[in-house]
Amino acid sequence: MLDPVILLPAAINGLTMGAVYALVALGLTLIYGVLHIINFAHGSLLMVGLYGAFFLHRFGVDPYLALLVMVPALFALGYVLQWSVIGRASHGSDQNVLLVTLGASIVIENLALYFFSADTQTIDTPYAIAMVDIGVALVSLPRLIALGASLALAAILWLLIARTDLGRAIRAVAKERQGARLMGIDVDHIFAMSFGIGTACLGAAACLLLPMFYVSPHIGHVFVLVAFTVVVLGGMGSFSGALIGGLLIGVTESLCGLLLGESLGQIGIFLIFIATLLFRPSGLFGSRLS
Amino acid sequence: MTAQRLLDIRGLRAGYDGVAVLHGVDLHVDAGEIVTLLGSNGAGKSTLNNNVSGLFRPYDGAVYFEGEDITGASSTHIVARGLVQVPEGRRIFPNLTVRENLDLGSYRRARQHRASNLERVTAIFPRLGERMTQIAGTLSGGEQQMLAIGRGLMAEPRLLILDEPSLGLSPLLVEEMFALIRRLHVEGLALLLVEQNVVQSLELAQRGYVLENGRIVLSGQATELCEDPALRRAYLGV
Repeated sequence: MLDPVILLPAAINGLTMGAVYALVALGLTLIYGVLHIINFAHGSLLMVGLYGAFFLHRFGVDPYLALLVMVPALFALGYVLQWSVIGRASHGSDQNVLLVTLGASIVIENLALYFFSADTQTIDTPYAIAMVDIGVALVSLPRLIALGASLALAAILWLLIARTDLGRAIRAVAKERQGARLMGIDVDHIFAMSFGIGTACLGAAACLLLPMFYVSPHIGHVFVLVAFTVVVLGGMGSFSGALIGGLLIGVTESLCGLLLGESLGQIGIFLIFIATLLFRPSGLFGSRLS
Repeated sequence: MTAQRLLDIRGLRAGYDGVAVLHGVDLHVDAGEIVTLLGSNGAGKSTLNNNVSGLFRPYDGAVYFEGEDITGASSTHIVARGLVQVPEGRRIFPNLTVRENLDLGSYRRARQHRASNLERVTAIFPRLGERMTQIAGTLSGGEQQMLAIGRGLMAEPRLLILDEPSLGLSPLLVEEMFALIRRLHVEGLALLLVEQNVVQSLELAQRGYVLENGRIVLSGQATELCEDPALRRAYLGV
């Protein structure tokens, strides 16, 4: 069972899923890092993205083409949600925000249940079962695309945060709001932009997931727990932490699924998680607790 | 010969959570002037700055900048107009590099002149030029103060408010700071210098105001204020 012929494909498969986890976690960690919000609505917003791509597919739009629609659409949804609901309800209190995002997720999920029913649904694409031989293993095409696109999007996100004025302002606002205001930075706008960008990551993740996954109103739960684990494992608010953590969790889940059976695969995630926090309480890339 | 009036504060009443701190303050700064605002801790100096800069909305009174009523305007608008504050405590972005801090100085204003202003600021502060890639939070206190001023200059301010620039600096650095302020003034910048450092501020300024318990109790030419018996008693202990 530990033959590399079996292990290697499993690890690569885990890597592909891990890249999507990383994308979801990047959005979550960005929102946390800047707004200090634990965004409980993150999973529900991913579900919105999945249904968006799902219905676009019904109208004949390929999920990968739907990226061009869903990323801006989820960005706009996140911007408006932060600007008009979360920001206004917070009054500067973190407990408020916790409840507001939790409430938003309940509302969104139940609206989805009402309109779309609780049935799980999938789409059929011509490439759903296409396999690609990458030399060491056969990998399904949608998974390979998910891996490549997720890494590319993470790179774009990194450039945006590291190299643009918007990114500098986002990082500035994360640490020094009053100083930012005095430089003429519109802090509320930057908050909404951060939330929007974090949500846009979900739009991308949704389009990449749809060809290899299913849709249901509760699908957010599958990912949000893993995403929270990734964010804490990588270090709250850390960009590289979310990326490396996501990949690590994906591989762990896949290998443990192989060794322990599919239903026990997630045990590995939490074993790694607990072991990491025992030795690095602030996560892999978190600033050390003093 | 009336110089161009830059900042004109009339009857400003302001405070926090309904408790008034300023009870009707009148103050003005003309083009090319250094005006100093003196006062002890808790007199309301920073409250005044933060209401002028748009962080808070005044209860009453008016603030004009170059003839435009900016009372209660947003800080983004006020910075865009060229009224820039270097706050007490510096408020630099500790997680960003020196260069990124300076870049964000021109976030709202003078963005197209960023490169040339960056050269100008590093000419004024060679130490910052040497440390462009250093994380700002790891700078010494004096360097952080330089960075805060440099960041403010990146916006090409029409009027620069300096809130306690000498606070927490060693005597040598305080000298350096005042020499720098003189230099900025010689280059034509108008400054509102908010200080506890009475002697050096009055040496530098043309005019001064003394704020006590939210009211201006004394104002006039700096040379006259220096001789004022009440001020000498209260602030110089003579």
